[in-house]
This record gives sequence, C-alpha cells and structure tokens, in this order.
Amino acid sequence: MHSHNIQLDREGRLRHFLTTEDLSREILTEILDTAESFAGVSERSVKKVPLCRGKVVANLFFETSTRTRTTFELAAKRLSADVLSLNISASSTSKGETLLDTLRNLEAMHCDMFVVRHNESGAAHFIANHAAPGVAVINAGDGRHAHPTQAMLDMFTIRRHKKEFVGLRVAIVGDILHSRVARSQIIALNTLGTSEVRVIAPRTLLPAELRMMGVHVYHDLDEGIKDVDVIIMLRLQKERMQGALLPSEYEYFRLYGLTEERLQVAKPDAIVMHPGPINRGVEMDSEVADGPRSVILEQVSNGIAVRMAVMSITMSNSGGQAK
Amino acid sequence: MSNSTPYMQPDQINALIDEMAIKLRELIEERPIENPQMIGIHTGGIWLAERLHKMVGIKEALGTLDISFYRDDFSRIGMNPKVQPSHFPFEVDDRNIILVDDVLCSGRTIRAALNEIFDYGRPASVALVTLVDRSGRELPIEPAVSGLHIDLQPGEHITLTGPEPLQLVLGTESNRKSRNTS
Repeated sequence: MHSHNIQLDREGRLRHFLTTEDLSREILTEILDTAESFAGVSERSVKKVPLCRGKVVANLFFETSTRTRTTFELAAKRLSADVLSLNISASSTSKGETLLDTLRNLEAMHCDMFVVRHNESGAAHFIANHAAPGVAVINAGDGRHAHPTQAMLDMFTIRRHKKEFVGLRVAIVGDILHSRVARSQIIALNTLGTSEVRVIAPRTLLPAELRMMGVHVYHDLDEGIKDVDVIIMLRLQKERMQGALLPSEYEYFRLYGLTEERLQVAKPDAIVMHPGPINRGVEMDSEVADGPRSVILEQVSNGIAVRMAVMSITMSNSGGQAK
Repeated sequence: MSNSTPYMQPDQINALIDEMAIKLRELIEERPIENPQMIGIHTGGIWLAERLHKMVGIKEALGTLDISFYRDDFSRIGMNPKVQPSHFPFEVDDRNIILVDDVLCSGRTIRAALNEIFDYGRPASVALVTLVDRSGRELPIEPAVSGLHIDLQPGEHITLTGPEPLQLVLGTESNRKSRNTS
C-alpha cells in the first residue's frame, strides 16, 4: 500500500480513478451525483455537452473489450473530447516498444487522459505513477485487481432503483475469485453504507481474503439470495473451466444458475444485474435475463453517464496540460 | 475575510419582484410572447423564477437549468461538484422561452445557458429576465426585464441568497467564490 493515495490530489480531490479502494463515501457519492446530471444528456436531441472540448482521451486497451471500450469512447465523445482508441496488443508492443515508450509517445501527442485496460493487475497504477503530471488515468479493468467504473455504474443502477444503500441486502453470485468487478463492487458497496453484502460461490471460486472484506459467504444459491434486494450475477469466464475449478457448465447452472423459480425467494422487488456479456443458460436463464427484474441493459446506458462523470471529474482535477 | 454587507432586505426585494412581474406581463402582451415557457438558472435564478412563474401565471411547469457542463472556464476552475440535472418538462422546439437568472454581470452564464437550451431544440425566441443587471458585461447580452441596475467596481460582487428569505449581499474579491461569475 502507498501511504500517499495516488488517486487524490493535494486537496483530496479525485485525479485518477484506479480502484474504489481508499476513497471516501463523499467522493463516490460525488461521482454518482454527477452521473445523475449526465444521464439526462443521452435523452436530448443533441447528446453532447461541450465540457471537455479540446481535451484528448486515449483509450489504451491491452486486453480486448467491446462494451467497456465503446462506452468509454461514447462517454468521451459526449463530453466533446477527442478520442483515440488504441488496440495496443496488436500494435507497438508486438513491435517491441516498451509500455513507457508508448506512453511517452502519447504524451507527446498531448493526451489529457489515459483509459487503461490490461490483463496484469496494477497496470493502471503503474501508468498513473509514470504519466506526466497533467494526465489523468482511469482504470478500465486490470487483471484480477479492479474495475472501478463498472462497480460505480452498478452502484448508480442500484441507487436509481433503491434510492439508499443503508438497509439494502446485496448478493454477488459467481466467480468471485477471478473477478475484478466483484472486488471493486464489494468495496464500493461497503463504503456507501450497504447493510449486508453477500457473496455466493463454490468454494473453488472464492478468494481466501474475502471474509476480511466484511461479506457474508454462502455456497448455496437458494439460501444466499433469500430476501435480498439486489442480485449481481458475475460472468463465468469459460477459460476458467480448464483449471478444474468447475466440473462443467451444466453443473454450474444446476447449482448457481439463476432461474425465475429460484428468484422467488428474493424480495418481490429485487433487481437482477450482470456486467455482461451474459452466458445464457450458464449464469442465468434467458427468462431472467430478459425478464421484468433484469436491469442489465440499463446498466449499459448508465455506464455512459458514470464514465462521463469519472472522466470529467478526474480531467478537471488533474489540471489538464497548461499550454 | 468576511466583508460582505447586506445590500437589500427581503421586503425591498419582494417589491422589486412585484414590479418585475408587472413588466414581464407587459412584455408578454406587447411582443406578444405566445404560450411562454419559463426556465430558471441554478440556483438563484430558480428562486426568482419560481415566484415570477406563479405571479405571471405560466401554465406549464418551470424548467431548471444547470450550466456547469457548458461553462467556458472548466479548464481553469474545473468541475462544479454540486452540479444538478437540467430539467425541462416541455419541448423546447418552436417555443417562446423566458430565461430567468438572479444577477447578470459578464453575460457568460447566459451564453452557456443559451448553448445548453439549443442542445435541447430550437426555440422560437428567448427573452432574458434578471433581478440585478450590474456593470461588467463582457458579451453582447442584455435583459428584456430587470429589477434594478447597479454599477459596481470590478472587484465587487453582488449575490442573491435564499431561498427564504431572499436577500442581496454585496461583497469584495476576498470572499468571492470563483464560480459565481455571472
């Protein structure tokens, strides 16, 4: 741990967004409130505000992603920033250029922000540590570590439906072990004052340090989702199957797949979330995914507003490049 | 630090608003402004607009506007942490809009407000109403109706506090909030 929080400037304002860890409830709430104002922009005839006109955002995706990259791109465009989307795995690194050289080149192009996705935990921190002073860095997912904007768009979706976090019972179901989303969600839920956070997973997919994060652990889905207000299903990454952590997709669905029938034990107004893309018939039935309690597509729309909020807040606090 | 002094008491402000309502009604009849919609600018403009909206008897609900996303000084002073959603309970296209703010100074807030309104649609007309029309204009923007005109030095500022009661406070640079450039 750093003693000094690299995410904050000297006045304690958010200048990089790398993890939901070590951020106050005030900062997380500011993100949600700002996103609330941006949500209206998508419903207007001109879906754009001039706030970040003249700023340059570079999306550095070292790991492929469609949804996250597209919503970051759209968010930047709605702020009137210029966006470069670089699929780095396919470009300079394969020619032997180091990460730092790539960064220096982008800085020479006067980028104001890097949005980073990488399969190594800590990559976004590394870039934030080495980026020029006026550049803001946003973590769009690093290894198993964190995916803070996904967590915040989930918080935004929960708050829109449930108003308050106090009094809520939230269950996260699935591959907690490999999930940067779950980790970021648990921290954000706790910081925002959620009364009870449960995780539901087979023993093989639960990290050891989990109990220290103040969550209630369940191995049985029916028991775990009883009386919950929110169910967050995680994506089962098919590549994990090969490590003998799970018997089969069919077996997983039988034990942990969400169906309308099983959903009956949750609160009548419970909402069902999923970060996407869904494996239908593995994590949940189509009936649930397309059903009345599913807010999965809302999550996608909310992702744009939340990313606009995070980008504009960090870009304003990083000071931009004084030219 | 605190060297702000009250400039006008609530009863005097209420009298000003009564006069403004009369002038605004005259304006609506003279031009004429058909089926006007009213929009207040956060935060003081909304306090004023809520009163005028009732007094003039505008049927459709009041719209609210937060111009934080349209400021021209974002690079210098950054994001307003208390930004509120803008909300228009009506279509902007082809409508006659009465835009209400508390203090008109540089004209930059109104420039930002106009830009934002035009991103919702193409209004037929926009008329500006402000409680205080003070010196310091930097843009060619003038109110159609204002409560009072005052000349202030560049370092001085006047702020509407409220919502209950409304009060005008005069201050100088040292206690000025950088965001309050009107």
